[in-house]
Amino acid sequence: MIKKEMIAMLLAGGQGSRLGVLTDNVAKPAVSFGGKYRIIDFPLSNCINSGIDTVGVLTQYRPLRLNTHIGIGIPWDLDRNVGGVTVLPPFEKIGNTDWYTGTANAIYQNLEFMEQYNPDYVLILSGDHIYKMDYEVMLDYHKANKADITLAVMPVPIEEASRFGIMVTDETGRITEFQEKPEHPVSNLASMGIYIFSWPVLKSALIALREQSNLDFGKHVLPYCRENGKRLFAYEFNGYWKDVGTLGSYWQANMELIDVIPEFNLYEEFWKIYTRGDIVTPDYIAETAVVDRCVIGEGAEIYGEVHNSVIGPAVRISEGAVVRDSIIMQDAYIGSGAEINRAIIAQNAVIGDHAVLGIGEDAPNVYNRSVYSYGLVTVGENSVIPSDVRIGRNTAILGETLAEDYPGGELPSGGAIIKTEEKDGESA
Amino acid sequence: MRAVGIILAGGNNSRMRELSNKRAIAAMPIAGSYRSIDFSLSNMTNSHIQKVAVLTQYNARSLNEHLSSSKWWDFGRKQGGLFLFPPTITTKNSWWYRGTADAIAQNLDWLRQCHEPYVVIASGDGVYKLDYNKVLEYHIGKRADVTVVCTECRGDDVSRFGVLKMNDDCRIEEFDEKPMVSKSNLISTGIYVIRRRQLIEMIEKCAQEDRSDFVKDILIRYKDLKRIYGYKINSYWSNISTVESYFRTNMDFLKREVRDYFFHQGPAVCTKVDDNPPAKFNPGCSVRNSLVSSGCIINGTIENSVIFKKVFIGNNCFIKNSIILNDVYIGDNTCIENCVVESRDTIRANSRHCGENGIKIVIEKNERYTI
Repeated sequence: MIKKEMIAMLLAGGQGSRLGVLTDNVAKPAVSFGGKYRIIDFPLSNCINSGIDTVGVLTQYRPLRLNTHIGIGIPWDLDRNVGGVTVLPPFEKIGNTDWYTGTANAIYQNLEFMEQYNPDYVLILSGDHIYKMDYEVMLDYHKANKADITLAVMPVPIEEASRFGIMVTDETGRITEFQEKPEHPVSNLASMGIYIFSWPVLKSALIALREQSNLDFGKHVLPYCRENGKRLFAYEFNGYWKDVGTLGSYWQANMELIDVIPEFNLYEEFWKIYTRGDIVTPDYIAETAVVDRCVIGEGAEIYGEVHNSVIGPAVRISEGAVVRDSIIMQDAYIGSGAEINRAIIAQNAVIGDHAVLGIGEDAPNVYNRSVYSYGLVTVGENSVIPSDVRIGRNTAILGETLAEDYPGGELPSGGAIIKTEEKDGESA
Repeated sequence: MRAVGIILAGGNNSRMRELSNKRAIAAMPIAGSYRSIDFSLSNMTNSHIQKVAVLTQYNARSLNEHLSSSKWWDFGRKQGGLFLFPPTITTKNSWWYRGTADAIAQNLDWLRQCHEPYVVIASGDGVYKLDYNKVLEYHIGKRADVTVVCTECRGDDVSRFGVLKMNDDCRIEEFDEKPMVSKSNLISTGIYVIRRRQLIEMIEKCAQEDRSDFVKDILIRYKDLKRIYGYKINSYWSNISTVESYFRTNMDFLKREVRDYFFHQGPAVCTKVDDNPPAKFNPGCSVRNSLVSSGCIINGTIENSVIFKKVFIGNNCFIKNSIILNDVYIGDNTCIENCVVESRDTIRANSRHCGENGIKIVIEKNERYTI
């Protein structure tokens, strides 16, 4: 009989719509991070570093990039004879052809997968946080408490607590109450979306609640278990943990990596983060280049100036271009003399010569003011920006834009050009 | 699957000076992220040669470590794969490899068991890209017994190579191994295509006569008896087995056309993946015309240099015209010029190393105080 003490289920099916055009074509866990990685690398590396060698990755929204990235799990040493990584998309069944309708519903639909491994514990993870964590220590805590469910929590400033799911605990760490985004929080322990379930508890709860629509861990499963007298404990985590669910927090977390001694240090030998790297060649920094306070992924060719930025693999920055406070992802091309300020430029985008991005005053975005804020210019994957245009702040660009999309050669602050095959030429 | 590959990676020579004290030449780091054997190995895999033997002998530990998994070159296959053959003591033989032909002779059983009709022999110290299938087509078209891949010698000492002369049909008429005075600048690259049965026959004969060198005892002796042809390549090829050519080959990668050829144009050269974080450039650093590999942290000034993986360069350092190999720590205010700094070195703050007449090899093993 195959037996694994703990297996992990990684929820990677969400779009992450608050990342705007960055997730137009890829699921959030597949978005690049830190000049080399993708967001999902962090939980996957944590798994293997914690000794968990069996991981199910639940995919749904735009899984192509994620599937290619994970492959058979070689970069994370998750290519195993028994276990390893398995990508679990929704599938057709007799009498039911549901998509994954909620986090817990997705896990419910894969009960069969988990049962193969006869686990004692199941670790539920999400693919949208940046952190290093030893899940084995959390499991020890779970066992020591004879817990049924252990939730990882982290203390947040009490004034920000109302943005989170808050756990109220007694002195032993047992959870007595949940408060979802409370107006008047009584605790500052925020749930990190990381759960260890004792397998029988998870299985029976999922089966009992299977008729619930949009079955969700936070909304349904955890309250159900607590009401049924299960032992729920909070495991306090005090390391670096960042939610990168919004463009602002995504940009901020990237920028923290370029500090001289970053709080989240990727340069330690211990607890390496693994990723699939197709590019292994060194960076070339030309005679004309200036590199100052930045990280640069492999195989980039830098002829221009880079300040305070995170540059991905195989990016080419032409002579005379100046990049400041920006994130530029894999294979993007920055034309000569271009000026990039506070921008997020996704994979394979092309910025024309002498284009100027991120100038002028902030203005609310017309397309989606809550997503495109923080003064950022966001350029989606494979987008093209023509030469000599001027683009303001809080702007979004997706698709192959032409000079005529920019009246007067300009996209003012708060503007958006979203060109996709379905909605061609929609512009504002 | 018309050919199997043999890579000769056991050699040593004194012209690498201290650089070969702890590693085989085939394991020399190249161009920031590769090792020399990656080029021949990648050419094999990119030419769809799936079964490759690497013959190792001298200082093979770092090479073995590099080849510990064959998956990076896509050799982790059921059919074929990567075979590492160090010399081994048997009832019939208790010698080390006494030469290239002897190395093959000691592994003839493997070669006999193969079913592929041809063999591609390459060395582990060449930096080049080559589709061996093209050489094989040529070999078949010429009805040759042996095809020797050759090239014009550029900027290197002709007398350290095998020098050839071909007739109009490209048949090799003259072959001098390391001549004092050379009659041409056409040199052998140490890459050969040969029919497997032919090779077995020649090697057997050679062994019977107690001869051991593939060039001297086979190519040169059989020159007029067998049809030995030259296949001339004009693309980039460099042999790294002297300090000067090693240095120059690395510096060649600062040229855009060389980088484009090896880094950006397909097929890609593969290597063992190291999982280093991206290179980090801290405030106050200045980097010009240099290659910087993954895992580096740069604080000082770098000019015209190749910085390999996981190198730390402290504040106020000045690195010029130098090659810094893997995992070197360079303390603050250090000046390094015209040097090759050996891997895993720790160089104290305020040091100065300068190659005055030629390239200086720096080996400094100090205690490292870092996080």
